[in-house]
Amino acid sequence: MRIGAEAGDVLQTRSEDCMLGIVEQLKEKIQRTEVYKSIFRHNYQDTQRNRALQIVDNVFLHLHPIRISRHATNISYTWGMGGITFLLFIILTITGVILMFYYRPAAEYAYDDMKYLMNDVAFGPLMRNMHRWGAHAMVITVMLHMFRVFLTGSYKPPRQFNWGVGVMLLTLTFLLSFTGYLLPWDQLSIWAVTVGTNMARATPLLGHEGPFGTELGMRIDNDVRFVLLGGTQVGPPTLLRFYVLHCIFLPLIAAIFMVVHFWRVRKDGGISGPEPPKDI
Amino acid sequence: MENLFKIISKPDNIPIVGLLLLVIFYAWYGLRQAIRNDKQGRPTEATLTDKVQVWPYLVRVEFLGALFVMVVMTFWSFLLDAPLEEPANPALTPNPSKAPWYFLGLQEILVYFDPWIAGVTIPTLIILGLCAIPYIDINTKGNGYYTFKERRFAVLTFCFGFIVLWVSLIVLGTFFRGPGWNLFMPWEKWDTHRVVALTNVDFTEFFFSVPTRLVDDSLNPVAMFIGAFTILIWFGLGVAYYIWKRKSDIIRQLGPLRYGIISFLFLTMMALPVKIVLRIALNIKYILVTPWFNV
Repeated sequence: MRIGAEAGDVLQTRSEDCMLGIVEQLKEKIQRTEVYKSIFRHNYQDTQRNRALQIVDNVFLHLHPIRISRHATNISYTWGMGGITFLLFIILTITGVILMFYYRPAAEYAYDDMKYLMNDVAFGPLMRNMHRWGAHAMVITVMLHMFRVFLTGSYKPPRQFNWGVGVMLLTLTFLLSFTGYLLPWDQLSIWAVTVGTNMARATPLLGHEGPFGTELGMRIDNDVRFVLLGGTQVGPPTLLRFYVLHCIFLPLIAAIFMVVHFWRVRKDGGISGPEPPKDI
Repeated sequence: MENLFKIISKPDNIPIVGLLLLVIFYAWYGLRQAIRNDKQGRPTEATLTDKVQVWPYLVRVEFLGALFVMVVMTFWSFLLDAPLEEPANPALTPNPSKAPWYFLGLQEILVYFDPWIAGVTIPTLIILGLCAIPYIDINTKGNGYYTFKERRFAVLTFCFGFIVLWVSLIVLGTFFRGPGWNLFMPWEKWDTHRVVALTNVDFTEFFFSVPTRLVDDSLNPVAMFIGAFTILIWFGLGVAYYIWKRKSDIIRQLGPLRYGIISFLFLTMMALPVKIVLRIALNIKYILVTPWFNV
C-alpha cells in the first residue's frame, strides 16, 4: 500500500516535471517572439529595476513616481479619498455611457426610457443604480478629500494652485450631479432642479429679480436663468440642455481639470509630507 | 418615529446618513492624529520619510481600495433601487420641494437671507474664498502633517464652516424641514396644513422702534441709515481688530490686503449664524431694506 502510493507519487511528479518542462519551453518560445517583446518590455523577476519599469513602462501607472515616502502609502494619512473620487468618476463614465444607449433626452421619451431601463433592460437597474449611488458617493468623497487636504495643510506652498484646481473640480462635481438629477424627468427631478435654478432669478445684475436686474433691463425671458433653462420654466429645452451639459460639456471640462490636477500633484513634489522632497 | 424611518429610508437620503457618519468619523480621526502629533512634538509622518517603491507598496493599497469600493458599490446598487417617482408634471408642485441633498444647506440659508445672497452671493463667495485660502494663510507650519496646535485659527475656521455650517445645515434641511419649509422634529408627522404665524419684524423696528416703511408706504430713510450703519459696524469689527492688534507680528506679516480679505470672508461667514439666531429667536427678517435689495 505504502510502496504503491510512493511509486504513484514519483510517477505523478515525473509527469508534472514533464508538463512543466513543456510549459517552460513554450513560455520561453512565446517570450522570444517579436509580438510578445513588442507588448511587454521587461520580465517579471522581482528586482528593483523591474519594479521601477513596472511603473514607468505603463501608461496608466506612470502617473505615479517610482519611489515614494513611506507615510504617503498610509491610508491613515491620505484616507484614499482622492483616488476613490477618481475611481468613482471612471465608474460613472462607464455606467453613464451604457445608460446613454437606452435614454433619449426628449420630454416625451425620457421618462418611458427610464421605466424601460428599470424593468426590461438586462442589468439596466444595476447600471442606473450604480450611476446614481456612485454620483452621491463621489460628492461625499470629494468633500472628504478636501477636508483631509485642509487638515494636513497640503494647500501650502508649493501646492497653492493645485488647491484652486481642486476647488474647481469640487464645483464641477456638484454641477455634474445637479445636471444629472434632472434627466430621469420625474417629479423628484424637475422640482429639485426648479428649486435650484430659481436661485438664478436673483443673480445680481443678471437676474430679473436680483439687485439692479430690472434697472439693467432684465426680464423673465432674457435673464441668466432663461439662458440656463432655455425657457421661463423647467421644460423640454432644459432637459436637452442639461443632458448635453451632463454628458459632454461638464465631463470634458472636468477631465481637463483632472489632468492638470494629477500632473500638478507630481510636479509639486508628490503627495504632501512633513519635509519637501528634494528629488522627484 | 414612523416619519423618521420614512425620511431615513428614502433612497436618496441614504447618502446623507452616510455623509453624516463619515464626516463625524473623519473629523474625529483627523483631529485625533493632529492631537497625537502635537503631543509627540514630532509628527508621525516625519518618522516615515524613508522611500519605498511604488510597485508594490502603493499600487497594492490602491488595488485593494479599488476592489473594496467596487464591492461596496455593487452591493449598494443591487440592494437599493434609485428613486423614480411619478412622471414630471409642472402643474403639480410637491410640498416640500427640496433641492438635491448637497444643496440643502444653501436652500436652508434662504430662510435667513434673500435669494440673491443665499443662492448666488454665498455660493460664489464660498468658491472664491476656498480658492483664496492658500494665498491668505501665510502660516508655513503644519504643511504635510496633521496638527492642531500649530494652526488653531485655520483648523477651527474650516471645521466650523464645513461641519457646523455646511454639513449640519444639510442635515437640518433633510430631517427637520417639512411642508411649507416649516420646522418639524424628525419623528413628527408632516402636517401639510400646519400654519405657522410669521411675526416678521425688521432689525430697526425691533431694536430702535424705527419702522421700515413710513405711513405712505415709502421706505424710511432713518431705518435705511441705521441698517446700513449696522452692517458697516459689523464689517468695521475687522478694521477695529486691525487697529487694535496692528503691532502684533501676525498682522504685520499679513499686511492690509491679506488681512482685509481674511476679515471680510470670516465676518461674512460668521454673519450667517448671527442671522440664524436673530431670525429664529427674534423673528428678525431684514437688517437693511433698500429699493433694490434687502439684507
